[in-house]
Formats: sequence, C-alpha cells, structure tokens
Amino acid sequence: MAELKLRDVAKAYGDVQVLRDINLDIRSGEFIVFVGPSGCGKSTLLRMIAGLEQITAGELQIAGQVVNDIPPSQRGIAMVFQSYALYPHMTVRDNMAFALKIAGQSKDQIKAATDRAGKMLQLTPYLDRLPKALSGGQRQRVAIGRAIVRDPQVYLFDEPLSNLDAALRVATRIEIAQLKASMPDRTMIYVTHDQTEAMTLADRIVVLAGGGIAQVGAPLELYQRPVNEFVAQFIGSPAMNLLPGRIKSVGATTVVALDGGLEAEVAIPTRAGDEGMAVNLGVRPEDMRETEGTPVFEDVVDLTEALGEVTLLYFGTGAETAPITAKLPGIHPDLKGRRVRLTADPQALHLFHKGQSLLYRDGADSLPPYQPRMTAPSGSMGGTPAAPDQGNDRIEEGLIKPQGPVR
Amino acid sequence: MELLWLAVSTIAIGVFGCVAWFWGSNWLLDRIFPPRGGKAGDNIRRANQIRPWLFLGPAILFLGTYLVYPVLDSFWRSLFNANGTRFVGADNYVWLVNDAKFRESMVNNMMWLLVVPALSTVFGLIAAQLTDRLKWGNIGKSLIFMPMAISFVGAGVIWKFIYEYRASGETQIGLLNWIVTQLGGEPQIWLTLPVWNNLLLMIVLVWIQTGFAMVILSAALRGIPEETIEAAILDGASPLQVFFKIKVPQIMGTIAVVWTTITIVVLKVFDIVFVMTNGQWGTQVLANLMYDWMFRGTPDYGRGSAIAIVLMILVTPIMVWNIYNARKEVR
Repeated sequence: MAELKLRDVAKAYGDVQVLRDINLDIRSGEFIVFVGPSGCGKSTLLRMIAGLEQITAGELQIAGQVVNDIPPSQRGIAMVFQSYALYPHMTVRDNMAFALKIAGQSKDQIKAATDRAGKMLQLTPYLDRLPKALSGGQRQRVAIGRAIVRDPQVYLFDEPLSNLDAALRVATRIEIAQLKASMPDRTMIYVTHDQTEAMTLADRIVVLAGGGIAQVGAPLELYQRPVNEFVAQFIGSPAMNLLPGRIKSVGATTVVALDGGLEAEVAIPTRAGDEGMAVNLGVRPEDMRETEGTPVFEDVVDLTEALGEVTLLYFGTGAETAPITAKLPGIHPDLKGRRVRLTADPQALHLFHKGQSLLYRDGADSLPPYQPRMTAPSGSMGGTPAAPDQGNDRIEEGLIKPQGPVR
Repeated sequence: MELLWLAVSTIAIGVFGCVAWFWGSNWLLDRIFPPRGGKAGDNIRRANQIRPWLFLGPAILFLGTYLVYPVLDSFWRSLFNANGTRFVGADNYVWLVNDAKFRESMVNNMMWLLVVPALSTVFGLIAAQLTDRLKWGNIGKSLIFMPMAISFVGAGVIWKFIYEYRASGETQIGLLNWIVTQLGGEPQIWLTLPVWNNLLLMIVLVWIQTGFAMVILSAALRGIPEETIEAAILDGASPLQVFFKIKVPQIMGTIAVVWTTITIVVLKVFDIVFVMTNGQWGTQVLANLMYDWMFRGTPDYGRGSAIAIVLMILVTPIMVWNIYNARKEVR
C-alpha cells in the first residue's frame, strides 16, 4: 500500500522557478499520467518523486512517510527511463540482478527473481545477452524487468515509449497496461507528452502547464469537462476550436452571439448579469457535423485531409488566427472550395471566459461528480456496431503476447 | 634570425606543398580521365581506383624512407661488427644476453612497465573523477595537465632539483631532503640509492603522464550516459559502487588505450634517465643503453643496433594491441 501525497511541492534552479504549488494525492494502486508540453516540468516532478532531484519547498510523502531527504533507493520506488539506461557491460540477467546484488540477496533469490521477471516479459531466451544485442523493444522490456525484480510499491515511467517506433509503441503500451492489470495494488506514475498514451493508460491524468497543475481528472473528464482553454486544446486531436463571441442570453442554457454573426446554444448555465460577457466558444472538431439548419459555423473549406476513416476540413488557413478544423466521419471527396454549414450539440460545446471554463466558475466541488457523457455517433460510421471479431484477435496474438522478439 | 626565417619558410613550403599536391594531382587525374563525355562512367571508375593512392602516396613514401628503411637497416647493421665492416651473424645478440648492463636494463624497463602505466592511469582516473563537476575542477585539471607541456628533459632537470643533496648541516635546496631534514631525518643522495632511485625516476614520468591519462579518462567519464548512473543510484548503489561497477566498466576500453599508450612511452623512456642519472647506480634502461653504445666513446653500431631491435620487438605487440583497442573505441 503506497499512496503519495504532494504538499505545496516546488522546484527552483537558483532564481528560476520551475514548479510551484504542486498539491496532489495519488491513491495506492492508481495509474497516474503526467502530461504537458515540453518544458512544463513533468519529468522534473517525476525525478523529484524518484529522489534524483532535490525538492526545494514543500513535502513529499510516500506511504505516509515524508521522504524529502530519504535517498532514492529507500523510497520503495523503481524507475524506467526513456533511454532504457541499461548497464551496457552487463547481461540482461545481471542488469535485472544489480539492485538485488547491492541489497545483498542470496544467489538463489536473485536467480528466482530474474527468472520470474524474464518469463513475465518473454526475455528468457535473452537473459545471457548484452543489451547491445537486443532490439529497442526488448531493451525497454529489460528496463521494465529491472524495475519488476525489485517489487517496488511505486513504479515511475519517464517517457518509456518515446524511443520506440510507432508499431512497437502500441505493442509496448498494451504490455504496460497488462503489467498494471497484473499488479493492481502497485502505484504507477507515468510521464509522457503523447496524449494517446495518457488517455489509454491513465486512471487519472495530471495536466501540467506553466509550472503548475492545470487539471487533474479521469481521461474522459479532461476531454469532456476541461477546466480551461489550455487543457481543452491540449487534450484531443486536432485541438479544440475556439470561436470568440459574447453572451446574448443567460439561463440554464446560454446563447452566445459569435463574432461572425452566427449564434450558438450551449448547455452551460449562466446567471443574470453575464449578458455581454466576452467568451470563447469551444467546439471540438469531431463534435462538428454538417447541417441544413442553423449553423454554429459556416465558411469555405480551404483544405481537406482525407484519412479514410475521417476527413479533416480546414477553414481560414491563411488568417493570422489558428485555423478552424472540423473532423467529419467517412470520405468526402469534393468538399474543398465549397461553403459548408456546421453545427454541434449544445451538450458538446464549451464556454471560456478569460481562458477559464464557465463550468468551473464556482469551483470544481460545486459540480456533480463526473459521469462520462455518451455521445451519439455523429455520422453514418457509428451506425454499424464495432465488430468484436478477427481484428481484436489479431492484436491478442500479434501484439499483446508476442512469442518472439517484437520488431 | 636566419634560423627563424628558415623555420617559417619550411613550414610554409610544407603546407603549401601539401595543398598543391592534393589539388594538382587530383586536377591532373581528372584531366586524364575526364568525368564527362561518352566514357564518363568508365573514367570515373578508373579515376576512383587511382585516387586513394594519390592521398596515400606521400605518406607511404615518407614512412618508407624514414621508418621502414631505418628499421630494416638497423637490423642489418646489428648483424655486423662495431664499425660495420665484418658480418658477425648473431654475435651481437649473444653478447647482449650475457651482458650485465643489458640484463639490468631489461629488469629496470620491466619495473618501469609495471609501475608507471599503472600509477599514471590510476591517478589520472582518480583526478578525472574528483575534478568532474567541480566549479574549480577545470583549474585543477589544468594544473595536473601542465606537466604534459614540459619536455622530458625539462622535467628531469626540475626533479633533479627536488632530489638535490646537500651535506647535513648545509641549507637543503632539494625539496625532498628539506622535508626529510625538517622531519628530523638525515639528508640522502637519493639518486644513488639502489632500487629507490629507479622509483624516484619513475615518479617523474608518472607526474607527466597523469595529466594525459586524466584528460582522456575525463572525456570518457563524461561520455557515460547519465541515466545509467541514475539508474544505479535508484538501484541502491553507493558512490563507490557506482564508480567501480557502473562507470569504470563502461570506460574499460579507454582505460586500456590509455594504459597501452603510456606503456609504449615507458618502453622508450630515455630523456629522464639520461638527464638525471645517465644509467648509473643501477638505473640503466634500454634506450639509454642503446644511446651509450651507439654514440658514446667509441661507437659500436652493431651492438647499438641490436639493442634498438630488441626495443622495437618489445614495443610492437603492445602497439598492435593499442591500435586494436583504439579502433574498437572509435566504433
């Protein structure tokens, strides 16, 4: 049982404040993912938890014990590095055994532990090889194995998949998810800049920005109820569109008069006196759909990108502001240059005032607990039920349980 | 002034000559096999077969003249008598084996071989590790490296002063004897004390070579991926364990190169012994012995050459291993 508590944790290098006011409770057995843009301090925060960086202010507790001044090896953690950080002069077995040897375990114990980890990660045939004789995916598995043999309470992952190619990244991601599932009481903290990894792996995501925590929540909560424009645009791809406007009428639902002259109804309550407030209407590209009725957005398509399953439409690409994007299911060959009218459900729209979501204006506690909102499929795509057939079986055989080296 | 002028023009002619050779020979080759027209492909192929030799040619020529030929000639001379008039076969080598001074030199060279590379590498490694990531580490490194800039002869003279002897009661100008007398001991004529004097001479070379070892090993230490060290810290390794189990094994190749490079320097050691003891009091080494026979008193080219050949045979395998290791490092 190892829960982590961060209280007002801060990090400064000289006068440069990198992180401040980090308050976070991580429950035992939780899979937490830190995401954020480059330089937001997510790796630094992980390294502070590991003990590789000094904590300049605040308090870090692991399993109820303040560990600020406790050396890394006694914190009950193990870390997997982006660059694998394998000891190049040691065999796979020795790499995994190093910590146990240092801890003074007996030869039999060490052999048993490394054998078990090797079997778990399909590394048994490679135990006597040097790291340089392994592929990238195998090396990363050795790095994970090195963590497993120590049986830590907390696993730390620092962008473990960034050095792998795309196919291997998916396979290893699934392996990590399975690893977590096989030890439900172990806490895992995972740093990435890849939002797919964050969305698929996390119990809760911590979005870091500007040296602090922007939002903490379940992946879909961040997607559906972002607290500010930063989180709204960081989670989801392509990023959420922001359309400037003013509040026209208030109530249980709000009507916004957009700068272009169009209007949108939003299922977010506003109160008397909000009329005329400058807001940004947030609408996700994938929530947009073509309409014959009153549109939320209307323009000429500048550019299309056909991805097969979806088509991306770009508007206003020449303008100084970020282009508006729409993602329509299916294939739309001749939309380029045409004027299209797009709308979105009131429930799918977001309202931001000075960057902050109006949903959270009374604090997060005033909101009902988050329940994922099922979105009606907005195109013909959703009509056919997902086939639970060969597609998934192929993943079972080919990716989740690789028999040989994964390349 | 005339000498200076000569030196400058020699350098200028040398550099200009290299440029002219490189440019001119390639130009000529392209004139003979023009890389255009109907037979462009054939011409390029032919030119490319010749081109490497244009680059290698001068090196082969000069190495041949000044390295390979002298070696062969030395060997040939070692089969002749003192003034090279009579063929004596292996007589010079037979004489060598039975010569007391030669044996002494061999034993001394072996001692140098064991002590100097080991101490230099170990001190260099320690200095590299301790000066790493210190604010004033670079100043420390510069100081340790500085002896490298002093010629062996200069170093010999400096250390001769350190070992200098004045009779008891006089002011000691030698640092070592000053310390000894300050501690209440008797001043010694250090360079005449058997066995010890060998060690005192070795210290001079260690003093010089430690800087070299430190610079190379320091670069190697910096090349170790930081994450492997952090991983070891997380695995619970102490600083000493990190150093010996993670860092040193990763730079083993570089350590081997440094070790063998210093070994080769040691085998050829001449100047220090020449300046400080000239091989007296049991400090003779092969290179100085060769010099003695070759150029001192009545020269004996036969015996001198024989010693030179022995020296070369000793160096060669270490040299081969050194190059092998250095190449492995590059890969």
